[in-house]
Parts: sequence; C-alpha cells; structure tokens
Amino acid sequence: MSDPPLLDIQDLVIRYEKRKGAVCAVEGLNLRLERGKTLGFVGETGAGKTTAALGIMRLLPEPPGKIVSGRILFNGENLLDKSEDEMRSIRGGKIAMIFQDPMTSLNPVATIGDQITEMISLHSDLSRRDSIRKASDMLDLVGIRRERAGDYPHQLSGGMKQRVVIAIALACSPELLIADEPTTALDVTIQAQVLDLMKGLKEAFSTSLLMISHDLGIVAEFCDDTAIMYAGRVVEYASTAELFGNPIHPYTRGLFGSIPSITGGKGDLRTIPGLTPDASNLPPGCPFQPRCDIAGPECSKEAPRPTEVKFGHYCLCHLNRGENQP
Amino acid sequence: MSLFSTPGPAGVGEDCADDSRLRDFAAVFFRNRMAKAGIFILAVLIVSAVFAPLIAPYEYDEQDLLATLEWPSREHIFGTDEFGRDIFSRVVYASRISVMVGIVSVTIGIFFGGLLGAAAGFYGGAADDVVMRCIDVLLAIPAILFAIAIAASLGPGLFNMVLAVGISSIPYYARILRGSVLSIREQEFIEASRAVGSSNIRILFRHVIPNCLAPIIVQGTLGVADGILYAAALSFIGLGIQPPTPEWGGMLSGGRSFIRDYSYMTLFPGLAIVITILALNFVGDALRDALDPKLRDR
Repeated sequence: MSDPPLLDIQDLVIRYEKRKGAVCAVEGLNLRLERGKTLGFVGETGAGKTTAALGIMRLLPEPPGKIVSGRILFNGENLLDKSEDEMRSIRGGKIAMIFQDPMTSLNPVATIGDQITEMISLHSDLSRRDSIRKASDMLDLVGIRRERAGDYPHQLSGGMKQRVVIAIALACSPELLIADEPTTALDVTIQAQVLDLMKGLKEAFSTSLLMISHDLGIVAEFCDDTAIMYAGRVVEYASTAELFGNPIHPYTRGLFGSIPSITGGKGDLRTIPGLTPDASNLPPGCPFQPRCDIAGPECSKEAPRPTEVKFGHYCLCHLNRGENQP
Repeated sequence: MSLFSTPGPAGVGEDCADDSRLRDFAAVFFRNRMAKAGIFILAVLIVSAVFAPLIAPYEYDEQDLLATLEWPSREHIFGTDEFGRDIFSRVVYASRISVMVGIVSVTIGIFFGGLLGAAAGFYGGAADDVVMRCIDVLLAIPAILFAIAIAASLGPGLFNMVLAVGISSIPYYARILRGSVLSIREQEFIEASRAVGSSNIRILFRHVIPNCLAPIIVQGTLGVADGILYAAALSFIGLGIQPPTPEWGGMLSGGRSFIRDYSYMTLFPGLAIVITILALNFVGDALRDALDPKLRDR
C-alpha cells in the first residue's frame, strides 16, 4: 500500500435539499479506483450514478444539490477541500467527463476544432498554433479526418459527435475519465465502434475510467471492477469476473435474471417487481426490502452494513453473508 | 470566428456543405419577396446616407429666397421650403441622421440591455431578481415617453437624442436576452464546458451568448425602425436635432404649418420615414422567419 489509489471515495453523502425535505441521492458511497483500471457503475435511472459522478467533478447544481459529508480523495488529496479555482484546473486537466448525449454536449455555434482547441488552451501552455495542431491530431486519433476541424456539430453524425466529445475529454491526457452512459444515445453498431475506440485510447493514454452504464454487457466487457448501485447506495461491489460469476445481492441477481437469454425459451422476461423507491421517502431498513423476494424480518428494521463476503467482494445485505444462498 | 479554414475541395459531395447553414438561411430569407424589396430599399438608404453630398443637388442649408415654397419642379424635384431650401437635398442629408440614430441607438440598447439580461439570466438568483425588477419598472413606462423624458432632461441635440432613444430600448433587449440565456444555460454543452474547466465568464461569452444571437438580430432590425421613428418623434416635438440640420421628423414639424397649401413639404419626409420603417419591418420579419427553424418549411 505505497501509492494511494487514484480515486478513493469515502462515505460520500449527497443530498438534494428541497423545501419539502431532503432527497438522499447518494448515501454512504465507498469506492476505490486504482490507476489504469476501469470501474463500472451500474444502476437504474435515479440510482444516483450521475449525481455521484457530478459530485466527484464538484459540478452538482448547488443549491439544491449538496455534498453533506464524506471525502473524495483524488491522488490522496480531498477534492472537497479544493477551491473553485483549483477545481477548474482539475476539471478537464486531470478529470474529464463524457456526457450522455453527444447531440447536445457540443456547442452548436462553434466548430469542433475550436472546441477541442479551447480545452487544450485552457489546460496547457501551448501556443495557439500548437494547440490547433494538437486539436487536429486528436481528431485523427478518434478517427475523424483532420480536415473536418472546421465543421460545425450539425454536420456530423451522432457517432462522430461522440468521437469529438471523446477527443475533447482526452485532449489533455486526464488521469481519470468519467463516462456517463457514453453510448446510450447511439445505436448498437456505433456503440461498439465508440466503445472500441474508448478502450484503445484508455490504454494509449493510460487513463483510469469510471464507466457509468445501465448496460451490463458493456460493463462485463469493459470494466475491471463493478459496483451495483441502488437508491443511492452501492449494494454490491466486486471485480467484474467475481460479480458476474457469483452475484450475491438479490438486486444484482434480479438484474442478471432480467437479461433475456438467446438460447432460452420464449417465456416472459423475468423482472424485478416494483419500482425504484422515491429517494425522498425511502422505506425503512434496507431500501431494496419491499421488492426483495428473500427479505426477512430484520430487513425492514435495520439498514444493512456492507460486509466483505469474499476477498474484495462487498455486499450490502442482511441475509447474504456468504452462507445462506437460496 | 473559426480558427480553422474551411476545407478545400473535398472528394465527397457531402463534405462541401460547410456553410450549409448560412446558405439555407439565405435561401429562406430571399425566398421572401418582401425581404428582397426591404433589402433593396435599405441599400438605397445607406447609399444615399453615405454619398449624400454627391447625390444631393444643393447643400442642405442653401437658401434661395427667390424660390421659396415652390411646388416640385425640374430644378427642385421635391419642391422647396419656406426658406427656398431644396427638400430633396434635405431628405437625402436627413437619411444620414436617421441611419446613424437607428444604428447607434440599437447598439447602445443591445450592448447594455444584452449585458444586463445575459448576466441576470446566467447568474440567476438575487442578481436576476434585482435586475429584472428594475427592468420591469422601466418596461411599465412607454418607450416613447421614456425617450422623451430622457431627451428632455439631457437637453436637445444629436448626441442626447441618440442616447435617449438607445436607453429607452435597453429594457426590451434585456428581456429578450435573459429569456434566451435561461434556455441555453440548461443545455448539456454548457455543463460539458464546465466539465472541461471553463470559468463562468468564458462560458457566458463563448458558449451562451453566441447561441442567443438569433432573436437579438431580429429585434435589433426592428429596433432600428423604432429608433428612427422615435428620433423623428423627438425632433418633431423639438427635443431632437435642431435646425438647420435636416432630420425627417424635424422637417415634418417645420412643414406642419404649411400643410394646407404646401402639402408636399410634409409629404416627402413623411414618405421617407414610412418607406424606411416598412423596409426594416420587412427585413426583420423575414429574418425572424428564416432564423426560426419551425417556420422554415412552410
């Protein structure tokens, strides 16, 4: 344990404070991301994935968003202690983010070349000429001909826009790249291309990646570790191979159970009954307990604590301490 | 202001479409016949303002006391006024004032109004409340009254008139820009540019305001018409340009007492105002239609 991990989130609590009361978007989040690794963040809509990511970037809309407690250690330094000025140089320079929808994450009235150049000139001392050249190099790198630097976003297809977004994010060789559902808005063939591109560039730039997704397939292929989020909590966290081979938490099992099988019969798709709970009005005890098919009496009384079921495999459940699996 | 030159002749036809947006816009704009007429009239107006000394046959203050109050003739195609000054020359020279007042007052309005509105919309919260409530108070006063009040307190003269017309238009631009900024600042690319570490000022000027220009362009064009009209009105009531400098409104005012016997004295400056305002409105409407994608494919 000589080097601190690149990103170490400890007991992060993020709330949205409304007039009627607080919404707990992220509750007691603990995560660790080693240098050069990829961490997958899986969960339903509203599970707090994006909030957690914005929290790391300190980009939460405040108010109503508020980081109540916890620490976000990046290279051993707590990002929550940084001033706004310091954060500005970290954003983009050390931590970059790719947003969900490439259609809207580029400025429609600036050329793509200008937008990459802007990123470079904000975070480096390169001369204007060199910045422009580097921007063109980045375009080449993501597979867009450099002559197209003078194009406007509306002249590009969705996949090309996402490539530009990736070029912007990687232009300053960030140590951590947060990708918030980078392929959700793209169709399947383009998804594969973009993912391949990200994989290649991640290795070339030796960047760590925090991949937010609700697509288990992408996570399985891409990530070293996976965290499953539910109602603002990480309910299960393990290496991807371990998690996919040996899911323990009933929610994780439910997720896997609801993936249609190619070889299976034509029966109805298995689903998890119920809906994600309202984050402003969570059920008592374990937030998953009303939908859980193996919930016991203690589940509605006391919130479970994370337990290490196996080495490096954490689970947030009363019933699963490794032994009693149905 | 792209740093990148547009690519040269590319292999694929699709790649040549770099200025397609502008071309689309021009196509829609010039499909409108009124717009063509408007642009033509404005071109004539600007040419006459710039080259007034070459176009006008006489000086604007050249008196010919032997030829006062003459009806239009070959020597004086718009006739002469009570001092024997050539009305055509005066109308041509007056276009200088009108063009200048229209453009400068709109510039003042857009600059200060835009800045106030953009800051209010972008920063929101208390700043928004304070600025916009003040703007609301100003909006409660009819613009022409507001202009008159400012001109009256500053005193007559070209500079003060421009200032009065400009200031009275500030609230309108503030409202418009605030509205656009409110919708633009919620877009994802604004968050994305925060995520690359841009400062607020940079985001506001590089990403927000350039996306808010369309409604301002339209309002600005129509605002030039308002500016010219208000300037004429101020001069008409004696708060604007002082004689002998010709100004359309002032000329109307001067011809007023002769309107029964020498109606041509008010006719020509009046026509100049009407045609100019009409042309600006044609252009403004066509711009609005061309810049609004929802109206494009009618």
